[in-house]
Amino acid sequence: MNGIAAPPTGRRLLTERTEAALPALDPGQIIAIAREAGLTGRGGAGFPLWRKLAAVATSGRPAVVIANAAEGEPASHKDKTLLAARPDLILDGLQLVARAVGARRAYFYGPAAGMTAGSAASSAAGPATALAERRDDPVPVTFRAAPAAFVAGEESAVAAAVAGGPAVPRDKLVRITDSGVGRAPTLVQNVETLAHLALIARYGPAWFRSAGTPAEPGTFLATVSGSVTAPGVFEFPYAVSLGHLLATAGGPSAPLQAVLVGGFHGGWIPPDPGLRISREALAPFGASPGAGVVIALPAHACGLRETARIASYLAAESAGQCGPCINGLPRMAATLTELAGTPAPARSVAPGGSTAPGGWAGTSGPGRARAGRARPGLAAEVERLARLVTGRGACRHPDGTARLLLSALRAFDDDVRAHLQGRCLSGEAVR
Amino acid sequence: MRLHVDWTACDGRGLCAELLPEVIGEDEWGYPVVRGDGVPEKLAPAARQAVDRCPALALRLVPATK
Repeated sequence: MNGIAAPPTGRRLLTERTEAALPALDPGQIIAIAREAGLTGRGGAGFPLWRKLAAVATSGRPAVVIANAAEGEPASHKDKTLLAARPDLILDGLQLVARAVGARRAYFYGPAAGMTAGSAASSAAGPATALAERRDDPVPVTFRAAPAAFVAGEESAVAAAVAGGPAVPRDKLVRITDSGVGRAPTLVQNVETLAHLALIARYGPAWFRSAGTPAEPGTFLATVSGSVTAPGVFEFPYAVSLGHLLATAGGPSAPLQAVLVGGFHGGWIPPDPGLRISREALAPFGASPGAGVVIALPAHACGLRETARIASYLAAESAGQCGPCINGLPRMAATLTELAGTPAPARSVAPGGSTAPGGWAGTSGPGRARAGRARPGLAAEVERLARLVTGRGACRHPDGTARLLLSALRAFDDDVRAHLQGRCLSGEAVR
Repeated sequence: MRLHVDWTACDGRGLCAELLPEVIGEDEWGYPVVRGDGVPEKLAPAARQAVDRCPALALRLVPATK
């Protein structure tokens, strides 16, 4: 490690560095640098940090801030990687946002595994726990375990869990920035966002903007998996080309058919190496960089079948609170499964599944059974259900699931037609 | 004004759809489907009644911007 104060070039978060002490910034300055930098939330939604800071700061009541490392998405490992590499930046960022909003309490909400008394150092949150004990931060940090559930990282679920309840989303009529943990104005921020803020405080908004585009500045952490030679977590500037991103992960390990961007709530895009990974460039595909999950699908796998597997997993991960989600997601998954022509084993894409090194672990190999035709109305029915559940839940779980399925129908529309004729373009037997 | 459904509270009793069929339909599981973005002024009394009668206290009439 070098005790250098020069700003990092290239990689920013995933570097071995010892940073100088945080400069003394007042609350207004912290909000101003977040605004000038154009820093957005790295948990998936991409909301500007400064606006949330301003909303909580202007409440005039003692606030609560929470660093969110829950990362319930099975194909995402960037928060765990960052936690291991740079817990110092995360804790710095947490102190900065605490100061910006006048918080008296700060929480670190992270993976539950191993985060029990005595074994904290061996858990995923261990580095942060151990470091927090050695630091003399103005706002003390309390650690809270996050359950390993897909929706446990959603911000209102985070606030609920930190308050001591179950980690399930709540109704959004009252925002948690107005009334969250113990009715206090509450700020929940992804740990990567906090780490970026810690660097912006040291090196300034102009340095931050020297990567990425004017509209989408800075770098982001990507978890690249599926059919690539060297899957892993990498840091890229926004608007990086898909080709460069995949090459950094060792390149495709087989000819690719499509790439899932934005995770299980994301969208399928063509494997065009020139495509840019930015909100602007991905919008036409109904996708966005989200939390940086990128999964490469080989040509020999069936996109409909893989999407049906993910849909079944997502249906099972419903918190079970909202009628349209409880009923609509399983129906949507079952309908796509029928169209894909194979029963989807529930949770086959759970942790370790689709992210296994060297290939597309979800692929079940060429089937030998005889093909059968799917009913012609199935694709239209998936689409109807997707539109029916959208916007009708306490959180965006139904919306994200619907987005994935709609993007699959578009990206694999040749295969939809083939399946309706009893064939599959990937070579897998339909039934 | 517009209608807000607290989906964590709604259990699909269907009273709102009976009281305000012009704005609220039902999906195949009996959960409300709110049509359009706002409640027309002339339907405001019926909307308020639907809100008051909801046995799960899941329906709210809120300013259109919220």
